[in-house]
Amino acid sequence: MSRATTVFPAQPPPTRTLVRRSEWTRGWQRFKRYRPGMIGLGFVAVLTVLAIFPDLFAPHSHTWIFRGMRGAPPTWAHPLGFDHIGRDVLSRIIWGSRVALLVGLLASGIAVVIGVTVGAVAGYLGGWVDSLLSRIVDTLMAYPLLVLLITLAAVLGPSLVTVVVIIGLTTWAQYARVVRADVLSLREREFVLAAQAAGASTARIVFRHVIPNVLGPVIVLASLGVGGIILLESALSFLGLGAQPPTASWGGMLADGRAFILIYPQIAIAPGVLITLTVLAFNLVGDGLRDALDPRQKDVMITR
Amino acid sequence: MQRYIAVRLAQGFVVILMVSVATFAMMHFIPGDPVSLLIGEARISQEQIDLIRAKWGLDRPVHEQYLRWVSNLLRGDFGQSVVRSGVPVRTMIAEAATVTITLNLIGFLISIVIAVPAGLLAATRRYSAFDYTIMVSTTLGVALPNFWVGLMLIVVFSLLLRWLPPFGLGSWHGYVLPVAVIVIGQLALLARLMRSSTLDNLGEDFVRTARAKGLRESAVVGRHVVRNALLPIVTVIGYRVAFILSGTIVVETVFAIPGLGQLFIESVNRVDYQVVQAIVMVLSILVVLGNLVTDLIYGFIDPRIRIR
Repeated sequence: MSRATTVFPAQPPPTRTLVRRSEWTRGWQRFKRYRPGMIGLGFVAVLTVLAIFPDLFAPHSHTWIFRGMRGAPPTWAHPLGFDHIGRDVLSRIIWGSRVALLVGLLASGIAVVIGVTVGAVAGYLGGWVDSLLSRIVDTLMAYPLLVLLITLAAVLGPSLVTVVVIIGLTTWAQYARVVRADVLSLREREFVLAAQAAGASTARIVFRHVIPNVLGPVIVLASLGVGGIILLESALSFLGLGAQPPTASWGGMLADGRAFILIYPQIAIAPGVLITLTVLAFNLVGDGLRDALDPRQKDVMITR
Repeated sequence: MQRYIAVRLAQGFVVILMVSVATFAMMHFIPGDPVSLLIGEARISQEQIDLIRAKWGLDRPVHEQYLRWVSNLLRGDFGQSVVRSGVPVRTMIAEAATVTITLNLIGFLISIVIAVPAGLLAATRRYSAFDYTIMVSTTLGVALPNFWVGLMLIVVFSLLLRWLPPFGLGSWHGYVLPVAVIVIGQLALLARLMRSSTLDNLGEDFVRTARAKGLRESAVVGRHVVRNALLPIVTVIGYRVAFILSGTIVVETVFAIPGLGQLFIESVNRVDYQVVQAIVMVLSILVVLGNLVTDLIYGFIDPRIRIR
């Protein structure tokens, strides 16, 4: 409760609910001051709307093949031109945002849930449980991530679901490490002792008292991690191990771009720009959240 | 210190053991038997299939297959490729790794030579135009997918300017674009790291002392700050060796380079499990060794850690 219960003598005694909320409200105030973070948030918001309603914004179908238009350059009706079999690139870009966001957010969610639980249990219980879980974390971290993902995608058969699950199941180790270290110091604190004295069960102490106190750093790590996960997803799709055609994914579009780079070089431009901007946007939001929620953390990049 | 080394070695050994079990299990559950892939459509009798399975030990119980694999690994024998029959996996990996390591070594050296001074300069001239340029370009650089950078370099330098070949390593010209991609990726990361670690050190007490005793600013930075600021760079290099090698998988695909990455992807696609297992093991052992060696080197170059 280090930050949540800090006393502010200059302020009038606030009501109970206000005290509980103010930490997040003040975090939001601090975040708003970081302009790149707000720009990133704006971009993510626009992208989210596109990803939820692609059929409303895409000017054409993302699977319709325009005859005789293979690799044709942009026109007014098709501002990004056509791909190697004559589909509208802009529409495919818009539909592709769905895959990028879905994988980025869902896989992060899976990783956060597993990582926080493992880290909190290991840190709070200690002893042989901690040793065992820590060795599992070490093992996971010893795998070069992309190599592991390629192998798993091949073993399980590539699909959108596979990508979400395997990225979620392989990227939780960093959360576990951070949470475990924080919990190790938290469990010695008075409020945990108080909860123990009051007879709370271990599960209740971990989930109600310990975990809420480590969420700040976790949220920061997660927001910085989404960009890295979108990069991983696009690399897998680029290698043909992601969402399968005719689903539009930016990485998959780049794979087509590579195959036809000598004939239709323009196909490879737009998907890469979108990947870069999306990753950049999430990284900027992460930077802003780090300044707002977790001033202790330094400039650490977690791309692997 | 000796106790510390012993504990770290034991932990590393346990991790490698667990990696070997996990890797073996993963490859065991791969759908598609390498034998059936090998014979393809050919009409072949059950006896012949059994013979092939027996030859590769695929008819033995799982734990026996695992133990045989591990004991061979310990003797430095990675087995033979199932698909390219008769070729030892060790030879295949050695050939491919030479290419990958050469590319990465050149790329990494160039990145460090540029990133360290750039990060240092940005930190000592904080809030200057140069600092902003470094911050903006590294922020952008971290977000760039390396395979897309490769594609765009091909478009510009091979298609538009016609200076360099788009694919392959026929002559030294072929190395330029892949190395450039590696440099762009590493540069952003390293320059950022160097900048932030220099900034941290500039705020330390020993810097104030050095300034107070009248040292010129160039001596303060050159003699006191740089040495300390380089420590995180050493760590990153040590911890990331294997990640860097595996990170070039996609770059090798872009430029059709016969390196470790391409060998790995081809082997995954052809279910050549002997090769896949071997590459995963080699890279994982490299991670564990990299971490261990880095920690030890760290103790050597940073006396503060030895005292603890």
